[in-house]
Amino acid sequence: MTMTDASQPEPLVSVRGLSKTFDLSAPFLNRLIERKGMQHLRAVDGLDIEIPRGKTFSLVGESGCGKSTVAKLVVGLHVATAGEVRFDGTDLTALPAAERGTFRKRIQMIFQDPYASLNPRWRVRDIIAEPLRSFGITNSRAEEREEVGRLLEMVGLSAQDGEKFPHQFSGGQRQRISIARAISSRPEFLVCDEPTSALDVSVQSQVLNLMRDLQDELGLTYLFISHDLAVVDFMSDYVGVMYLGRLVEAGPAERIFSAPEHPYTRLLMDTVPDIAMGRRDRAPVTGEVPNPINPPPGCSFNPRCPLANARCRESAPELIARAGGTVVACHAVAEGRADLTGTAPAGIVGRDEPTACRGAA
Amino acid sequence: MTFSTSSPPAPLLSVRDLSICFDTRHGPLRAVDGITFDLAPGEILGMVGESGAGKSLTGTAITGLLERPGRIDRGEIHFEGQRIDTLGAEEMRRLRGRKIGAIFQDPLTSLNPLMTVGQQLVQTIRTHMPLSREAARKRAISFLEEVGIPAPEARIDQYPHQFSGGMRQRVVIALALCAEPSLVIADEPTTALDVSIQAQILDLLKRMCRDHGAAVILVTHDMGVIAETADRVAVMYSGRVVEIGPVEKVVRDPHHPYTTGLMQSIPRVGSGAERLTQIDGAMPRLTALPDGCAFHPRCPRAFAECSRSKPASLPVEGGHVACHLYQGEPA
Ligand SMILES: Nc1ncnc2c1ncn2[C@@H]1O[C@H](COP(=O)(O)OP(=O)(O)OP(=O)(O)O)[C@@H](O)[C@H]1O
Ligand SMILES: Nc1ncnc2c1ncn2[C@@H]1O[C@H](COP(=O)(O)OP(=O)(O)OP(=O)(O)O)[C@@H](O)[C@H]1O
Ligand code: SF4
Ligand code: SF4
Ligand SMILES: [Mg+2]
Ligand SMILES: [Mg+2]
Repeated sequence: MTMTDASQPEPLVSVRGLSKTFDLSAPFLNRLIERKGMQHLRAVDGLDIEIPRGKTFSLVGESGCGKSTVAKLVVGLHVATAGEVRFDGTDLTALPAAERGTFRKRIQMIFQDPYASLNPRWRVRDIIAEPLRSFGITNSRAEEREEVGRLLEMVGLSAQDGEKFPHQFSGGQRQRISIARAISSRPEFLVCDEPTSALDVSVQSQVLNLMRDLQDELGLTYLFISHDLAVVDFMSDYVGVMYLGRLVEAGPAERIFSAPEHPYTRLLMDTVPDIAMGRRDRAPVTGEVPNPINPPPGCSFNPRCPLANARCRESAPELIARAGGTVVACHAVAEGRADLTGTAPAGIVGRDEPTACRGAA
Repeated sequence: MTFSTSSPPAPLLSVRDLSICFDTRHGPLRAVDGITFDLAPGEILGMVGESGAGKSLTGTAITGLLERPGRIDRGEIHFEGQRIDTLGAEEMRRLRGRKIGAIFQDPLTSLNPLMTVGQQLVQTIRTHMPLSREAARKRAISFLEEVGIPAPEARIDQYPHQFSGGMRQRVVIALALCAEPSLVIADEPTTALDVSIQAQILDLLKRMCRDHGAAVILVTHDMGVIAETADRVAVMYSGRVVEIGPVEKVVRDPHHPYTTGLMQSIPRVGSGAERLTQIDGAMPRLTALPDGCAFHPRCPRAFAECSRSKPASLPVEGGHVACHLYQGEPA
């Protein structure tokens, strides 16, 4: 499967068959005494992604579906159970730790939990200057000071804020500090895990506009994770939809938003809150919450899918290429029985126009 | 002065002219500057505003967790008819958890990394409710289920680091709600959650309001969440409430120029925008607050008076607005 068209050069990042299984078993002795078996959680299962240089690929999907695990695998914070992560031609998973160093400068990550990723005992200026020093980007104290000030101003803080400690900032301000830190080493590839989730909308707009400007100026490539579909729509060239550790649909962003095919993607698009509609009780997502420790056999979405049939409960669908450059893993779509317009499956597509629209009055 | 409409029930929470400052070497810095609002039982008050506007500090002050060098330097907080901003640390600790549940913005920092999720929940439940260990564990499992954690029986014995970001956030929510408090301060409770889980959490909050008459202060930057959940909304800018009123009014027909800019900054699916609308400039630093209206350096409608005097908060159609544009209007 490939999501880049033929005219495009070699992707900067290419992920193949990436998997991660966590061992959740109780210690051996307890297992023996309590007669419990081993317990594994397959957080990521055979993921394929390609990100062309200078583009943004976004991962979306329910909480716990494995997005952060993918992000951490890609930057090397988790060891993959299987699969490879190629960056600019090199398989990072096969690289000895000693050789990873050169990639550290080129790949940076913004974490989901901004506070936990900032050292509380360091002043903000030192937090931001650390990558500048360790990668030898600035040559003198004066230069470093100037660069830190410039970075802080870029994210809407001020140069004087460098003197303070992380706890002296509000949640949104801390998130901007971690963004400033991540871009300070001038990476080529930035993995952003919910980078704007704690920001109010006007600061979020500033940060997202900044991220797009950086992309245009420096040719940055992003792996972007956000639960806010409007943000994803704004940022992305490509979107991958995950469900229980697997990619269920992926392709060009405009296609995924305008004509989603997988029943889960359609459900996701339908749950976007709409501020124009005011207070109401949203139709809750029906069906049991998926359990990654003991996923259902066949297609893991089948307990919640109105199109599920016997085949869905037996065999897991593979990704197949679709018109418009997307890939979809769904038997119903493959068999042509996932009618998109006429008889929409009850509880899944609540409107004729599948585009989710979120707008102010 | 009161912000509620015709003959309201006695407020559960009443915040009067609350100001918070930080003592620094260069003198006190005022981060929250005279905010006033009431909260009725069963009501959900949304709180939005610029990053750094003082939303979290307000919540921290109400829960009595403000830490030095921060302090309340003016105003009063009344809860269930009792003044609480002057209570001692021990009395406040008892009130928290049982009567006031707090969900903080940093989910990881409110969880103990060395205790399993279950141990933390059971401990909280048993501190506030007369339940046996087994009954408390049952209650903990049912709360994990309520916040949408799959297979709670299997996951209750895991540690916070084994949960995803959104799952940790939900554990914090379960911890805050498991003793059925009558006031819930929820600071960005759903930031890391996808919309369907978010809807489930908001439903849970709404249910607590409906069934137990709990009141909620819901701090969030997500106007979609506010529109869907809150009864009224307070908009904060630079330490002040610049606009407060019924949600439909504030969302559809904002008065204050900052609120208007905020509404226009909301990204929309399918807009195809090349750039998002943003309010240019940044909120003033606490050390360099401008004279007059703190928004005037960024306000597209500023006029001479704006840099001279602070606008007072005056009533407009069911709500209140602090802006010189509306100072002439009859109350
Ligand atoms: N310990 C502290 N020392 C000094 N200033 C502080 C301290 N804690 C908070 N502040 C300042 O007080 C102001 C208000 O902070 P607060 O956390 O209430 O903002 P907020 O409205 O919750 O913002 P956000 O949306 O980013 O979370 C900010 O400017 C912040 O820098
Ligand atoms: N270190 C770990 N040990 C055990 N299980 C883990 C670990 N890290 C993650 N998991 C589990 O793997 C699954 C995927 O987690 P992940 O953090 O990738 O989810 P996510 O998609 O980022 O969710 P969210 O949107 O809530 O942040 C979850 O069930 C989680 O509990
Ligand atoms: S494969 Fe079957 S169960 Fe899975 S999404 Fe498609 S129709 Fe639904
Ligand atoms: S008081 Fe003046 S500067 Fe402030 S918001 Fe109103 S018009 Fe703008
Ligand atoms: Mg995550
Ligand atoms: Mg805050």
